[in-house]
Amino acid sequence: MTTTHADRSGAVSAMDALGWRGLATAATMGLTLALPAAAQAQETFKIGIVSFLSGQAAESFGIPAVNGAKVLVDAFNKGAAPAPYNKVGFGGMKIEAVYLDEAGGATKQVQELRNLYDREKVDAVLGYVSSGDCLAVAPVAEELKKFLILYDCGTPRVFEDGKYNYVFRTAAHATMDNVALVRYLKAKNIKVDNYNMINQDYAWGQDSKKDFSLSMDKLFPAAKAGQDQLPKFGAGQYGTEISALMSQPASVTHSSLWGGDLQAFILQAGPRGLFKRTQVMLSAGDHVLPGLGDKMPDGTILGARGAYGLMSPKSALNDWWWDLYSKAYNVYPVQAPYRMVQAMLGLKLAVEKAAAANGGKKPSHEQLAAALKGMEWDSPAGKIRMALADGHQAIQDTAIGRTRYDAAKKMVMIDDILRFPAECVNPPAGTSSEAWIKAGFPGAKGCP
Amino acid sequence: MTAAPLTILIDGLTYASWLFIVALGLTLVFGVLKILNIAHGSFYALGAYAAASFVGWAASMKWAPELSLVAMLLAAVAVAVVVAPLTERGLLRFFYGRDEVLLVLVTYALFLIMEDVTKLLWGANPYYVSEPYGMFGSVDVGRQTYVGYEFALVGLAVVVGLAVWWGLNRTRMGKVVLAVIHSAEVAASMGVNVSRVYMLAFSVGIFLAALGGAFTAPMISVQPGVSVGVVIVSFAVVIIGGLGSIEGAAVGALIVGLARSLAVHVMPVAELFSIYVVMAVVLMFRPEGLFQRVQARKI
Repeated sequence: MTTTHADRSGAVSAMDALGWRGLATAATMGLTLALPAAAQAQETFKIGIVSFLSGQAAESFGIPAVNGAKVLVDAFNKGAAPAPYNKVGFGGMKIEAVYLDEAGGATKQVQELRNLYDREKVDAVLGYVSSGDCLAVAPVAEELKKFLILYDCGTPRVFEDGKYNYVFRTAAHATMDNVALVRYLKAKNIKVDNYNMINQDYAWGQDSKKDFSLSMDKLFPAAKAGQDQLPKFGAGQYGTEISALMSQPASVTHSSLWGGDLQAFILQAGPRGLFKRTQVMLSAGDHVLPGLGDKMPDGTILGARGAYGLMSPKSALNDWWWDLYSKAYNVYPVQAPYRMVQAMLGLKLAVEKAAAANGGKKPSHEQLAAALKGMEWDSPAGKIRMALADGHQAIQDTAIGRTRYDAAKKMVMIDDILRFPAECVNPPAGTSSEAWIKAGFPGAKGCP
Repeated sequence: MTAAPLTILIDGLTYASWLFIVALGLTLVFGVLKILNIAHGSFYALGAYAAASFVGWAASMKWAPELSLVAMLLAAVAVAVVVAPLTERGLLRFFYGRDEVLLVLVTYALFLIMEDVTKLLWGANPYYVSEPYGMFGSVDVGRQTYVGYEFALVGLAVVVGLAVWWGLNRTRMGKVVLAVIHSAEVAASMGVNVSRVYMLAFSVGIFLAALGGAFTAPMISVQPGVSVGVVIVSFAVVIIGGLGSIEGAAVGALIVGLARSLAVHVMPVAELFSIYVVMAVVLMFRPEGLFQRVQARKI
């Protein structure tokens, strides 16, 4: 900008008019007016981030997600994220994260959640991988009237059995994963005469197998259900279950196993030939691919609980996120860090929206809840829309594909990817997952 | 379609053999030291992690693939030689003679500490040592294909069981251990170095836990949390067989393995229930377990 002669003369005139005392007064007034903005710049926004840092879910879900949060907090605090996420911190407030271990069971988590709000004085809590923990902590946050984002857990029951004002889930629930698997079979014209299932015996596994079998009833009514194996979480030894699955040959074998359980199942079932005798379908299997490498059987159909990792869509935001995570940890991001980034991006926009509506000041829990309700935002995995449960439950697009080990790249690739729009694989607002599937997916749109 | 009885039997046997190796260590430690070692699963995990490191090291030293089994055995020995005496001399001995509940709490604390120690040493990423799993080829039995390694584990369990039985019943040191099991006070008065016996028995018990972990490592991904599941089922085994009884651990493991196998094949939803219903029935008729002799109360 060039300063014109007229500008300079104007400035001199003002000084002349006000005099030094007037200028000092004006400067003091200006300083006073600028104080809220300066104070906000000094202020911090404290987030409690809860995920598994120890135990069986740490390696696959908890630690990758927390790693994702750490690089994001760093990038946000430097203002290094791409637009519209490029404001420093949350709207100028530096982000301070408190990380907490989710291990220890639901009772412990309830107490820890209270501690986060009451003792740590966090402004928001973002957490929980376990469906059991989500079901336990959601009513507590609601009772305390404190803002809570569930970023990962899958059970549809959180919002189908409960109604919340302060609780949100920024990822789609497990119905999407299993409906998409069945739709993949249909779209690819895979012949299914019968199917077996193996799922963990707790909320996640039970809900997954229910959604899968109900969807099979609708899209493959002639297919007969066979084995329904329900090993306990963390079983580790699957020899007997694999024998049971092989005793009853099936066109397709469905599983929502994850983490160490899924890795052990693949390591034991692969050499026994199960993957050659039946088409194995894994609803949440992407996260084991980097570690298993050539031990992952080719041709396995799998989902990632969203369009994540190798199935994520091409976008500038996704490229930024992929590079940020890969450079920091020397491995590409899989589903858990993807769900963390979409939660953090949603929280960032909600805080900034609520702060703007609050005159630039840090928003209250009520204001945060009002801002996130029904919100939409772009994430590396595509658009996230808080479309269900009166604006508290997200829907998103997803993708399913087949594994293939690439010896040259020394990594498992995913081929034959089919993308499913959110409206195709998620129930519409006001309908429970079970009722929607049983009714034959009314209102499903854009299915391939 | 239900599996053939032979399949149920083989599955029960392979599961029981894995369980027996771990439960044997648990029951031995209880028999001698009267400690219900909650941290037993942590030593199992330590064995698995050590095996992953040793096999990786053996591969980097260009050892023949077959020698990875030796590396796994050495890993279990290393855990027993380094960690067991440290734990027994450095921690547990200060609590001998105290309330048994306190010792349970001490080992529980140890379990929590070791969960973090393994994470500090090996990190949270999984380790894979799957090469030995394919070393024994595969065996077709009817409609099933089994991995030979699983049958090798049955053989290992038999060898381990016989070795421990022989060591206790046919060697001088074994008889000393039995004397300590019967009465540590009387054994001490007869000149037995009870502290040494405690350390030896604890080390053997930990070796068995680590051995179980080391030879399970090729079938799983070694990562945080592997210590939890095994110890719970092992407790069921030693309670059924009788705390402190080697024969009891063998029979208990067989009963649990077969009950579980039958449930998984016939009624999968009752898998866990099957183990605990067997335990409840045994405790109804034999509260001290199948092979535990009724003990006179000392006054």
